[in-house]
Amino acid sequence: MMLDNDEFILETSPRELTQNPLRKIWMPCKNGHIAQRRVCMTNCPTLIVTVGLPARGKTYISKKLTRYLNWIGVPTKEFNVGQYRRECLKIYKSFEFFRPDNEEGLKIRRQCALAALNDVRQYLSVEGGQVAVFDATNTTRERRGTIIKFAEQNGFKVFFVESVCEDPDVIAQNIVQVKLDSPDYTHCNTEEVIEDFMKRIKCYESSYQPLDEVLDRDLSYIKIMDVGCRYLVNRVLDHIQSRIVYYLMNIHITPRSIYLCRHGESDLNIKGRIGGDSGLSARGKEFAKSLRKFIQDQNIKDLKVWTSQMKRTIQTAECLGVPYEQWKSLNEIDAGVCEEMMYEEIQEHYPLEFALRDQDKYRYRYPKGESYEDLVQRLEPVIMELERQENILVVCHQAVMRCLLAYFLDKNADELPYLKCPLHTVLKLTPMAYGCKVESVYLGVDSVNTQRDRPENVNVLRTTGDALQTVPAHL
Amino acid sequence: MSSTHIDNGSANSVEAKKTDLRMKEKKCSWASYMTNSPTVIVMIGLPARGKTYMSKKLTRYLNWIGVPTKVFNLGVYRREAVRAYKSYDFFRHDNEEAMKIRKQCALVALKDVKAYLSVEGGQIAVFDATNTTRERRDLILAFVKDAFKVFFVESVCDDPEVIAANILEVKVSSPDYPERHRERVMDDFLKRIECYKVTYQPLDPDDYDKDLSFIKVMNVGRRFLVNRVQDYIQSKIVYYLMNIHVHSHSIYLCRHGESNHNVEGRIGGDSELSPRGKQFAHALRDFIEEHKLSDLKVWTSQLRRTIQTAEELGVPYEQWKILNEIDAGVCEEMTYEMIENTFPEEFALRDQDKYHYRYPGGESYQDLVQRLEPVIMELERQGNVLVICHQAVMRCLLAYFLDKSAEDLPYMKCPLHTILKLTPVAYGCKVEMFYLNVESVNTHRDRPLDKIPRGSALIHRRNSYTPLSSHDQVKRPRLYSAGNQPWLPLAPTPSALMPEGRQSQESLCEGSDFDSPEETSGCVRF
Repeated sequence: MMLDNDEFILETSPRELTQNPLRKIWMPCKNGHIAQRRVCMTNCPTLIVTVGLPARGKTYISKKLTRYLNWIGVPTKEFNVGQYRRECLKIYKSFEFFRPDNEEGLKIRRQCALAALNDVRQYLSVEGGQVAVFDATNTTRERRGTIIKFAEQNGFKVFFVESVCEDPDVIAQNIVQVKLDSPDYTHCNTEEVIEDFMKRIKCYESSYQPLDEVLDRDLSYIKIMDVGCRYLVNRVLDHIQSRIVYYLMNIHITPRSIYLCRHGESDLNIKGRIGGDSGLSARGKEFAKSLRKFIQDQNIKDLKVWTSQMKRTIQTAECLGVPYEQWKSLNEIDAGVCEEMMYEEIQEHYPLEFALRDQDKYRYRYPKGESYEDLVQRLEPVIMELERQENILVVCHQAVMRCLLAYFLDKNADELPYLKCPLHTVLKLTPMAYGCKVESVYLGVDSVNTQRDRPENVNVLRTTGDALQTVPAHL
Repeated sequence: MSSTHIDNGSANSVEAKKTDLRMKEKKCSWASYMTNSPTVIVMIGLPARGKTYMSKKLTRYLNWIGVPTKVFNLGVYRREAVRAYKSYDFFRHDNEEAMKIRKQCALVALKDVKAYLSVEGGQIAVFDATNTTRERRDLILAFVKDAFKVFFVESVCDDPEVIAANILEVKVSSPDYPERHRERVMDDFLKRIECYKVTYQPLDPDDYDKDLSFIKVMNVGRRFLVNRVQDYIQSKIVYYLMNIHVHSHSIYLCRHGESNHNVEGRIGGDSELSPRGKQFAHALRDFIEEHKLSDLKVWTSQLRRTIQTAEELGVPYEQWKILNEIDAGVCEEMTYEMIENTFPEEFALRDQDKYHYRYPGGESYQDLVQRLEPVIMELERQGNVLVICHQAVMRCLLAYFLDKSAEDLPYMKCPLHTILKLTPVAYGCKVEMFYLNVESVNTHRDRPLDKIPRGSALIHRRNSYTPLSSHDQVKRPRLYSAGNQPWLPLAPTPSALMPEGRQSQESLCEGSDFDSPEETSGCVRF
């Protein structure tokens, strides 16, 4: 019987299914080779191309979009042509470099763009990337034409993201927030930076050809106008482009802070048990009171409060004396058959599972439960809604908080499951420039430690001692 | 569509308090009130631009995700007022008599919109009419004033083929044209369109209409202009409209083949196909080959039984965890008999309100709908798809396509070994059923005949209401809609649960605290 002939197989028996022991996913097993099946969002790689004058938020959008796509599991990387230029030029003298009649400058800039595109090709065709964000001004039709041809040659889809803004206040604020700290201006004072940068923008203005309704009607793009006041969306081709458009339409730049914390210490926490739906311990209730005071002292404007639908977060929020909303999607990771067990018990009853979890904590799915990967998918609508919101406090759980934190702080799948989110500590996240400022506030109420770090030995044949090496103390 | 009411005093006072509440909110916090106010979606466009198609589809989607929505079609009001339609002359802009009637109709319709949103518990009203003049739109804005948010959806299309196809598909069978003679209909309708063109003032984003919130849909979704989206629901509406298309396609829904658990009468679990189940998978493969479906995508859940079924087909398939069967929590893998014996209260509760009932440690149908929303969105984007799923999941998906209410959804018949083929047609969905002639057990449990009367005795497991979005600070009582339950108190929480001195959630959410919004807390909002 020829097992490598697909048609033949149809006549005989269907492929046997085996369950991947780590991810608990059923896969067909052919000749012992397990065929991987991944939910794929896009068939061919996508090249996102930013378009816009300087100080229009292109890099802000590029970085944020890249962070979001990576978080939801789409391998994405940004390629900032400015970086390439800085590498090439070493020293930035002044805006004169960008003058449209500076032949030498134009040559270098074109070379940099091509070098970046080369790296894009490497990333998408060879390294397994799915989306590349080409962050540059790309203000002329000619430059965009070059990119389109490049994409066609390599089988990439192209999606343009243009940012148009004429509000001088927004532009000025942009310059102050991100250009002052640019490597181009390390030895300049504020006035000098603003002056030079404004002249730099002028260099681009004369040759700027915005995406045109008629001339560019066959391209796929979104034109963002006045920082999200208005959008023009043309020819969205596939799922990933539709998700990108939805995301871009939900983000804003109004200053605000996001407060993340866990519920107060619970009865199960004290006993060293995971999951379950227990109430707050005495210290947990103390924390809730301290949280109330903390919130009042912070004097936050229009604070929204969200909790999960588990007792311990609701109890915590109840103490705050303000309205709150419950989200089932914020519930703690479902530990399936291991619910309410101590780590010692898991080691005793499911030593293989315990070891597999240590081997790949992000993808590991509890039997009849969830993985961190599942959690991220579950939390995506929460993230989308958090983007729309302004000041907000999310009272949640350890694994959930790690996922949310990883989104805001751009942590990858390896780091995410080990992020430190101790009890009775509030993290205040304030979006700033291209990232997020984090302030950690411990509210001074004692609690158990629930952080279990990755032990040294993750082999399935390890001893119990090795397995329990990093279990935190409990009753 | 009417819904059941609780006929006891508290419901009525809740209703009355609701309107009072809104007045109070208006006074204390303007901004936060606006985020929670109902929305009027106003359609704009020449005839045969797909306004009614979009209105009905959007309404179906919003109701499915739990937002009470209703369409108000001006044509219906006009047909009420003018019994017999004679010809396109009625729509000439110089026909004063007709213009008066048409304006009257608009005002009556707007009054009904107001009633639906203020008193009947609606959250969104879709005003489906041409609304092609600034005058008419200003009338609407003035009428609604600051009580409701307004979001415009304009459909612009200049492709004559699309317009002709539109007319043939939906106008030929319109009540305006009883004799249905195609050429005469086409002729009269095209002249009708001309009447509107004379006075058509499209939305002007650069000047006159720059402060309005709207989406302009151009050429059946090729291009969109989105202006000033105000809130969550508008953002969802925009996303939905950007994902739907009008290309013909069919969606095939079926369950996995009969499983070993099915045979034993057990729910949930992750068992394998029974021999008859495997037969079904074979038959399914033949079915697909027979129907010569081009570019068919196949989706399964991540449970063995659907994957095994798909494996038989010999084509690539995609596994979606969110297509997994409803999680029955502590009742997983039990038979109904075992559940009744072990958890008699739970068993009874489920029969009282199958849609909202959440299994302990598990899910409710309502949770399932929320979980399945990305599947629906992706189905809208796709072409031909075969979804191999499970009973509860299939009911939810079917309810979306066939516009079934939360009342009916959990009792829809989705037997094993039967494929449902759904083909969008006109304003709805054609359903064809294919039983593949492989015997199986019947897993359907009908609605119990003697329903225990609902009342204050009803307990809901730990807040089975899942908020869909953030609204303002002040919690409103859960709103009515066709098929959605009237607001019910949460489980009374034992005092041990509460930090000392605080009342339980139940008393907080009922009665008195509505008068002091600041104190209302912890209510699960709809």
